[in-house]
Parts: sequence; C-alpha cells; structure tokens
Amino acid sequence: MTHLGYLIAGWGIALGTLGLYVVSIIRRGRDLARRVPAERSRWLTSTDDGSRG
Amino acid sequence: MTETMVTTGTTTGSGGSRVLGAVTLLGLATLLLFAFGLTEPDVRLHPTTGEEIGQFDAVRLLYLHVPLAVFTYVAFVLCAVASAGYLVRRTPWFDTMAHAAAEVGTVFCGLVLVTGSIWGRPVWNTWWEWGDVRLMTTLVLFLMFAGYLALRRATVDPRAAALRGAVVALVAVLDLPLVNRSVEWWENRTLHQKSTLGELKIQDLTLFTLMLGFLVFGLVLAWLLLHRFRVGWLEREDAELGVATAIAERRAAIDGGDVDAAVGEDA
Repeated sequence: MTHLGYLIAGWGIALGTLGLYVVSIIRRGRDLARRVPAERSRWLTSTDDGSRG
Repeated sequence: MTETMVTTGTTTGSGGSRVLGAVTLLGLATLLLFAFGLTEPDVRLHPTTGEEIGQFDAVRLLYLHVPLAVFTYVAFVLCAVASAGYLVRRTPWFDTMAHAAAEVGTVFCGLVLVTGSIWGRPVWNTWWEWGDVRLMTTLVLFLMFAGYLALRRATVDPRAAALRGAVVALVAVLDLPLVNRSVEWWENRTLHQKSTLGELKIQDLTLFTLMLGFLVFGLVLAWLLLHRFRVGWLEREDAELGVATAIAERRAAIDGGDVDAAVGEDA
C-alpha cells in the first residue's frame, strides 16, 4: 500500500479527535446529569419565553 | 412544609441515542473495511506515455475528507437556521441547538483542513497553498466559527451571549457559498477540481464507499449533535438551578435575621 503514513495520520487524527470529543461530551453530560433533576432534562419540550436567559 | 424527592438522570443517553451510537460504530467499522480492504487504489494509465498516474492509495483519505466537508456545511447551516430561529422566537431551544451545531461543525471543519492537508501532500506535493481560494475560504470559515465559540465563552450574560452568537453565526454562514462555489467561480485560483460526484466521474465500489462515508459521517454528526445539545441544555438548567439556590439561601438568611449572610461576609 502506498502513502501508508499519510493514511494512518489522516484517519488516525480524524478518528482520534472525534473519539476524544465523544468522550468529553459523555463526561460533561454525566457530570451535569448527576446535578440536574431528571424532570428538567426534557430536551424537546421548551415552553420558555426566554425571560430566564 | 413538604419535602420534594429530586431524581436525577445519570447520562445524556437515551434508548434511541444508544441505538444510534451502536449503528454509527458498526457503520464506521464497515466504512474502514471498504476504504482499506475492498476498494482499489486510484491508478490510471497516461493516454500517451502509458505511465501509471492517479492518487494511488491516497484516495482512501477522500472517503473521510469529503463527507466531513459536506457535514461541516450541514452543521453550519443548521447553526444559522437555529440562530435565526433564536432571533425570532428567543427560546433556549434554538440557542442551545445553534451552539451545539457550531461546536460540532467547528470540530468537523478543523478535521477537514487537517485531512485535506495530509491528502494534498502526496497528491499535490504541498501541505498548504495560501493562494488557493477553497483552502482560504474554508480557513476563514473555521476561524469565524472558532470566534463564535470564543465570543460565547467570553460573554457572561447568557442572553447577551445568545444574541451576539446568533448575529455572528448569520454573518459567518455567508462564507459557505463562497467555499462551495469557489472551484467554479475562481477555477484558475484553486488546486481543487470541480465536483466529480455531479458529473458521475467515479463509479462502482469507489462511489459506493464514498456514499457509505456520507451515511456514516451523517450518523456521527447526528449522534454528536444530539448529545452536545443535551449537554448544553443541562448546562443551562444547572446554571439556572445555581442562581435559584443562591437566591433561596439569601432569602432564607434574610428571613432568619442573618444580615451578614444575606449581604455577604465581605460587604
């Protein structure tokens, strides 16, 4: 296979970065989900008028 | 006084998002199999000299680079639509979605620049070309959305951050048509070729693998957006709870006659 180093670098950097980003999102979510009551995690039902910022 | 039981979730995952994650991982594994195991390198014969030409195995980077570029567009368009929605409706749903799309899109855009550079070295014999309009407009796009994220982080008031972010997103997204059409409008000032997909210049397994790449990175984008949105929503709720708790404690201190605690010890 030609250009093996470029292939490893390209795919490795992309999948590695995405993997790290996924881990950071999961960890942030896990920390926050422990602090916020479940009834305030209704992602898709917003009746807020924006007054609370 | 009644006591309220407070229940909390443990993650931002749900049944649907776990299925989505599993399908995405399976898709990624399949894409790797096709990209590295089943497709052939791009090798053609020069019509006059008979010499072997083409991208050779570097073409395998395009199964990653091109879908990432397309879904960068999708993420930033979504950010702009949600930003416009926020300016009209002023609801946290739109703002949280805009912020999530901008962050995921910026990660994708950074990877487009890096993987494109790595592909360009063996194929174009250069890591970067400052005079290439597509490279420069993509770099400008990345920097503008990085600026969007920095602006949001630097603004303390969440409503001001949402408003300023929405305006910046609507300005930044104007660069997208320039990125996309640059190879047509300034064809002499770019190393990039025009779209080979539209003219059906690629076929069979190569085309299938590229399409699979679009599907898989579409799933990756969907998973990331879903979870990043939920993280943003929880951050908002957490901040609001923190303010509410502080106000309640201050009121309780005032009601209890603890003036020092109510105004703060340093006051």
